[in-house]
Amino acid sequence: MENVKVTIDGKIVEVPKDYTVLKACREAGIKIPTLCYLKDVNQIGACRMCLVEIDNIRGLQASCVYPVYEGMNIHTNNEQIRQARKVNLELILSNHNRECTTCIRSENCELQQLSKELNIKDIEYEGEKNAPPIDDISPSIVRDNSKCILCRRCVSMCKDVQKVNAIQATDRGFKTEIGVGFNKSMNDYNCINCGQCIQACPVGALYEKRNMDQVWKALADKEKYVMVQTAPAVRTALGEEFGMPMGTRVTGKMVTALRKLGFAKVTDTNTGADLTILEEGTEFLDRVVNGTGKLPIITSCCPAWVKSCEQDYPDVLEHLSSAKSPHLMMGSILKHFYAEKAGIDMNKAFVVSVMPCIAKKFEQDRPEMEARGARDVDVTITTRELAMMIKEAGIDFVKLEDSKFDDPIGEATGAGAIFGATGGVAEAAFRTVVEKLTGHEIEQIEYHQLRGEKKIKEFSAQAGDRTLRGVIVSGIGNIKEILEEVRHGESKYDFIEIMACEGGCIMGGGQPIVNARTKEDVNVFEKRAAAIYEEDTKAELRRSHKNPFVLRLYEEFLEKPNSHVSHELLHTGYKKRDKYPDECKKQ
Amino acid sequence: MRTVEELDIIKSQYEESLHPDANQKQYRIHVCNGTGCVSSKSPEILRRFEEEIEKHGISDRVKVVKTGCFGLCALGPIVIVHPDGSFYSEVKIDEIPRIVEEHLVNGNVVKEFLYKETVAEEGHIKPLEETPFYSKQKRVILKNCGEINPESIAEYIAVDGYKAFAKVITQMSQEEVIKLIKDSGLRGRGGAGFPSGVKWEFTYKAEGDVKYVACNADEGDPGAFMNRSVLEGDPHAVIEGMAIAAYVIGASKGFIYVRAEYPIAVKRLKLAIEQAKQYGVLGNDIFGTGFNFELEIRLGAGAFVCGEETALMTSIAGNRGEPRVKPPFPAYKGIFGKPTVLNNVETYANVPQIILKGVDWFRSMGTEKAPGTKVFAIGGKVQHVGLVEVPMGTTLREIIYDICGGIADGKKFKAAQTGGPSGGCITEENLDTPIDYESLIAMGTMMGSGGIIVMDEDDCMVDIAKFFLEFTVDESCGKCTPCRIGNKRLYEILEKITQGKGKEEDLERLEVLGKSIIAGSLCGLGKSSPNPILSTMRYFKDEYVAHVRDKKCPAHVCKSLKEYIILEDKCIGCTLCARNCPASCITGETKKTHLIDKDKCTKCGICHSKCKFGAIEIR
Repeated sequence: MENVKVTIDGKIVEVPKDYTVLKACREAGIKIPTLCYLKDVNQIGACRMCLVEIDNIRGLQASCVYPVYEGMNIHTNNEQIRQARKVNLELILSNHNRECTTCIRSENCELQQLSKELNIKDIEYEGEKNAPPIDDISPSIVRDNSKCILCRRCVSMCKDVQKVNAIQATDRGFKTEIGVGFNKSMNDYNCINCGQCIQACPVGALYEKRNMDQVWKALADKEKYVMVQTAPAVRTALGEEFGMPMGTRVTGKMVTALRKLGFAKVTDTNTGADLTILEEGTEFLDRVVNGTGKLPIITSCCPAWVKSCEQDYPDVLEHLSSAKSPHLMMGSILKHFYAEKAGIDMNKAFVVSVMPCIAKKFEQDRPEMEARGARDVDVTITTRELAMMIKEAGIDFVKLEDSKFDDPIGEATGAGAIFGATGGVAEAAFRTVVEKLTGHEIEQIEYHQLRGEKKIKEFSAQAGDRTLRGVIVSGIGNIKEILEEVRHGESKYDFIEIMACEGGCIMGGGQPIVNARTKEDVNVFEKRAAAIYEEDTKAELRRSHKNPFVLRLYEEFLEKPNSHVSHELLHTGYKKRDKYPDECKKQ
Repeated sequence: MRTVEELDIIKSQYEESLHPDANQKQYRIHVCNGTGCVSSKSPEILRRFEEEIEKHGISDRVKVVKTGCFGLCALGPIVIVHPDGSFYSEVKIDEIPRIVEEHLVNGNVVKEFLYKETVAEEGHIKPLEETPFYSKQKRVILKNCGEINPESIAEYIAVDGYKAFAKVITQMSQEEVIKLIKDSGLRGRGGAGFPSGVKWEFTYKAEGDVKYVACNADEGDPGAFMNRSVLEGDPHAVIEGMAIAAYVIGASKGFIYVRAEYPIAVKRLKLAIEQAKQYGVLGNDIFGTGFNFELEIRLGAGAFVCGEETALMTSIAGNRGEPRVKPPFPAYKGIFGKPTVLNNVETYANVPQIILKGVDWFRSMGTEKAPGTKVFAIGGKVQHVGLVEVPMGTTLREIIYDICGGIADGKKFKAAQTGGPSGGCITEENLDTPIDYESLIAMGTMMGSGGIIVMDEDDCMVDIAKFFLEFTVDESCGKCTPCRIGNKRLYEILEKITQGKGKEEDLERLEVLGKSIIAGSLCGLGKSSPNPILSTMRYFKDEYVAHVRDKKCPAHVCKSLKEYIILEDKCIGCTLCARNCPASCITGETKKTHLIDKDKCTKCGICHSKCKFGAIEIR
């Protein structure tokens, strides 16, 4: 790329021709306030916080969208610029519900931070505020437009990255708001509950449906035996909520904290993941060897993807594995096997899932996720909610001692752990599948070609004379081409892993929120992924089919993978789902 | 139609029908079918003419033609009878039998139905061109409006239509056309006044396998209807202009972005495109040159901001119409990311005539920096509201007083708003300034697309500014902060002021916030939306001060600041006011001075209008 020379506040810098003014300024070490700018996601120049002055160009320009050119002379700090930025910020604040003390994003709010940085004291231009109703109908997500600053980061995330197109700017002028079509709730529309909009939101306009109260209530109920399970991704990020460096693996502290919160049993969803590998892996092998179902098999552990499949690709539903997702399997086993063994009345058993995901709330809520009169899981909370509970309970998380998951379920394998990162399910599956197919242990169990941030990762694995081909799709926005091939019977793959969130569950909608400026400097995925792969390498066992609890489970209860009991408790079905409510289609 | 010769043949076939022969008692009756006249039932007038003509058995020598707008909309519905040019205004259905019988059958013009300015004192009929409304006008863009049937491509061809396009694609190189347009000095008529030839040259030189031409027909300024009239009255001129631009830049596809609120324009455009395809001036291998060009109409859903070029192109691509930053400019990245020429309706309509009549002819009109003519839609407090076309550099005084007959009801001129909600006002002292792009900017306003709203002494300038701001608050696209929230806050301050709750420091706040919005907004809408305030504050600061300091509205418009008082010396106690007061707040005995209870008075003004003795004063 050709370089150009630009002058920023009197200093000459040389930057590539395709840079924006903002990028050039950042490189020159000049801090420019931003709000709507979200690297790689949203670059629209809407908030007008990053205004700069460019010689010979009328007015002030938003540096986040203005391209550099040779000889450009940029000013980033003078009275007019400071004044304009301040006025704009005050205008945003004048139409913002400024109840900071009770806001879910207090202290992690980019608007709050910016107000502090720009020394906002009084709001000069107070006036009417939009007071739209809160949309909290969805089991996963809440939208409070009184907090929304219309930066559109959520819209770009939903539209351009995830390509779901559930939310858009509606109406015009002062009445503009972010919403779904026909003024519907997100629950009644094509939202897949991935929660990436929450991750994009700089303020408290989008957040998970909070279920902590149900957990507190259950914990306080003497009649209930409350068990908890935590997804693999939670431990890679929970520490961030307590100021620990990104990528700190806090498994031991997390277990201790959960015990301190009062859970009777603290278990690991990773074991559910190991179980999933055996169920799904067997189903896959069956389809490959005996032709019992459609290939490629597509993973079903991501509930956002499953909803997308039901509404957008109903004709490929037969390709989905019928295996329930790990936490539902785990919940079912906790209730129907573990509780019985432990002599606990199944009616008193209560399972809480801690997930990096908000779609898991929707999934858990699906009516069919129950067996023998018991819900698989009773409440699902996010990583963020767990952190809030720990804080509320006055637990000093950072100083906690490590402890281990409860026996006899105990520690899971490393294969179960890597479920949390993109490619992890495929890697875990192939560690088992290849050994099952060939009948002997494989030494090389790390599939590095399945790891990393690439959105589409193809791979193949040799199992005897059979070559199995697979593909990993990271991010629901990248599924189209691959699914079109499946739809038309032209897929060259045997196995497809799909995770709705780019990077997988460690980047899920329920994980701690990283602000835009940190995202510019730090690769969040890499940090959290490193923690999850460390969980794998540090594990004693790294193959799901070696998990002692899972082996015992088959021996004592399930008989074998895909058995009749398995199907009753651990498998599910899918159905075509309407993308939009009927009345919207008619119009 | 495959060749230029065929075009000539069609011209010669239809030319005659445009010129009825008086000796053979031939008549051609033009019935205005522009939106204004249509809404006062001109289609029914047309039908009744046809019926009456049929009844009298004269249809072989009398033709009724629907035409576009004549401009004098205030006097619609309008009917003109050719060859004599008799101008019947405010035509009523029951007048038609007499016009047909006396004029068309017997050859006697029905003078009492004529537009009074066309009847000279001594009784003879003056040609339309000699009436005040038309004599100072120079109809170039509007030359076919009211002259031909806009629904007939043949009539367009008969007045040299598509001749320029044929000439360009058979005889001229792309560079030659660019040079010609550049030399002509034609500038964008959408408001900004960018040189059209330069714009075309940029797009011509821009790299790209696919390029587009687009026409901005999303006219949205309150009170502006110049483009609508051109599209309704002469749609082929726009199509021809676009086809020429397409040839120049190498585009094979064009879009006309027109607002859905213009149903007649849309209908005529659709028809015109169909006919142009039938006649082979659109489609493949046009005039056998191998040049292909097709046109598509895209309807705007009513968002004012879609008149902004990047928003318009975003909307054409099927997205929410919102502006984006420039650069990249449309010439490099326009519709679907491809190099695009986007011009306004009026700009395109100029092109064929410049090609045919040449640079010198075009430059003979208007000013050095802004040659040619400009169409203005005049609304507000003038005698004759309507559409006028004048050479650039004409003064506002000529337009308001000479052409439009001055201020209505003998009131005093106060100001004229140009440039719609993005512009500002022109005051008495600038009435004699020649109008062009630069002079308007110097006066703190802008050309805009050509809407002029005239205000008189009864208009409150704070209220006017509030009116335009309210429009912007609703029509901001909502994308960028200063425009979305800033304008709302400006509006709220103005509302406070007009309610008598304003403080002197509010005037400073208006100015500071207004300037900040201008500096910090993304697109032209935000960058100009505070103009109506800043401009009225510049020229009518005293009115603002009266509102905030004295709590008075000098024009007696702002209701909260009005007070109705009964003058003791004038009131004779007739009780008329008390009997008509809907709030029952006027008391008094018969033949004694009455009194208004200020607390109960709703300031509806009925008492003031009912009083026959001028005893009620507004303060």
